[in-house]
Amino acid sequence: MSEALAQGPFASAHGETVRPPASVVTERPLVRWLLIAVALIFLGLFLVLPLFTVFAQALAKGWTAYLAAFSEPDAQAAIRLTLIVAAIAVPFNLVFGVAAAWAIAKFEFRGKNLLVTLIDLPFSVSPVVSGLIYVLVFGSRGLFGPYLLDHDIQIIFAIPGIVLATIFVTFPFVARQLIPLMQEQGTTEEEAALTLGASGWHAFRTVTLPNIRWGLLYSVLLCNARAMGEFGAVSVVSGHIRGLTNTLPLHVEILYNEYNFVASFAVASLLAGLALVTLAIKSVLEWRYADDIAAGARRH
Amino acid sequence: MGEPVKPRRRFRQKSVIPGFGITLGYTLTCLGLIVLLPLATLVVRASGLGLSGIWEVATDPRVFSALRISFGVSLLAALTASVFGGIVAWVLTRYDFPGRKFADAVVDLPFALPTAVAGIALASLYAPNGLVGEQLAKFGIEVAYTPVGIFIAMVFIGLPFAVRTVQPLIAEIDKEVEEASAILGASRVATLTKVVLPPLIPAVLTGFALAFARGVGEYGSIIFIAGNLPYVSEIAPLLIVIKLSEFDYAGASAIAVIMLAISFVTLLAINLIQAWSRRRFGYV
Repeated sequence: MSEALAQGPFASAHGETVRPPASVVTERPLVRWLLIAVALIFLGLFLVLPLFTVFAQALAKGWTAYLAAFSEPDAQAAIRLTLIVAAIAVPFNLVFGVAAAWAIAKFEFRGKNLLVTLIDLPFSVSPVVSGLIYVLVFGSRGLFGPYLLDHDIQIIFAIPGIVLATIFVTFPFVARQLIPLMQEQGTTEEEAALTLGASGWHAFRTVTLPNIRWGLLYSVLLCNARAMGEFGAVSVVSGHIRGLTNTLPLHVEILYNEYNFVASFAVASLLAGLALVTLAIKSVLEWRYADDIAAGARRH
Repeated sequence: MGEPVKPRRRFRQKSVIPGFGITLGYTLTCLGLIVLLPLATLVVRASGLGLSGIWEVATDPRVFSALRISFGVSLLAALTASVFGGIVAWVLTRYDFPGRKFADAVVDLPFALPTAVAGIALASLYAPNGLVGEQLAKFGIEVAYTPVGIFIAMVFIGLPFAVRTVQPLIAEIDKEVEEASAILGASRVATLTKVVLPPLIPAVLTGFALAFARGVGEYGSIIFIAGNLPYVSEIAPLLIVIKLSEFDYAGASAIAVIMLAISFVTLLAINLIQAWSRRRFGYV
């Protein structure tokens, strides 16, 4: 068929002239530009403008006011806490994700689909509910409340609760990315390594890990962005104690509610900067290593 | 995937690869402790109220109106995100124009930008004295502190779902089918509506359902712009937070269980759509 098309305009059975392929498979230029304009205006208005606003508002009163927001002890405590939480939650989900992907992708067993569905569960739970369930388990009137109270262990309204809620909301990130990727790569390379005498761990480190490294980096990046930016779940379990249990997003909220807009947007610009860096690295990884990140062309 | 099931069924098929026991054990332990135990606690706590108790909470006027706002506005927002998301996905995959790669990267912004940051940015943009709010106020449109504000925040966070589920399918459309349709005498509009768009419907529906589910549960990007007036612009997740701050664990659990139930129905719908799509079109 493409040979016939390459010969240019020709007559159809009805005697009408059929246009050559270039114009047959796309819209008229006017329609094309109209659609492009609609898409770009929509993206600009809904996505780019809010991002721009964050930086514009943060710098509304100049650099001195902007930088002053970070010299506050509460802001520094919030930065520290956010880094601590991410430093625990991200490695935890990294190890979990690799282990889960290994078990699910390299072996055939019953109930696998159910297991994958359950791992995905946190994605479909509202952030607020993600926080609530930990209050129900560890809160003073929760499942383990009396026990924790007796032993003077505080989880809710303290750092452990924030870490747990963050782990919950970022739970599927790494596993979700690695499972289809490792499934596509199959088991033959590992089997070859094992046949040649490599230990299981050695085969994982020298064969599997290099195969999944870009997908792993990609998922860790997204996991980290979510871990540092989580608001709803953390808000429920944190108790909002300034300087103690305030993460960066919570600090943004407090400053905003105090009408301290410049400081609020200044702290927010830090998180927006993180989001931009994440997006930039993510895009570069996608352009360069598309096949090494996701299995096939489709991910769903 | 893998070999066909052997006649004697066992839990797992034999393999020379080591580490099954330890990785599956670790996976199940983490899953159980982090995800299943807390969620089960919620279900147990809510079932303590009984169906009549949950019904009583759900029909409380303030709760009912919050649920109606959350679900109703999310439905509209997901619809809007699907329509514009479809156009964005089409433009990004089919046309070449300056800044295409940048526009493509920007689509994921709502995934990467923390919800609280999006929330205060939208609130300041759409406030009566904000950049956009001021212009809209001239036409008598109030966004901040009304359901319209909730709608805008939900479109923001739902958009990437709508774009990213449809995009890979548009990229895989076989151009020869379109050419065949055109050569057989179909107009471009006919080709689009009869040949190109029908196979995309399952993906559009999936994107719609994902955006809807995300909108219903969303909290951070909404509360700043919504103003949170009871009966007007108060969303269900916020009501959970309010109940928790009053130590009304039972009330909070009841609302949470209602929301969870509806998300599961949505998820189930997505799975059914995909199963149907597999049968109808041979792919997801």
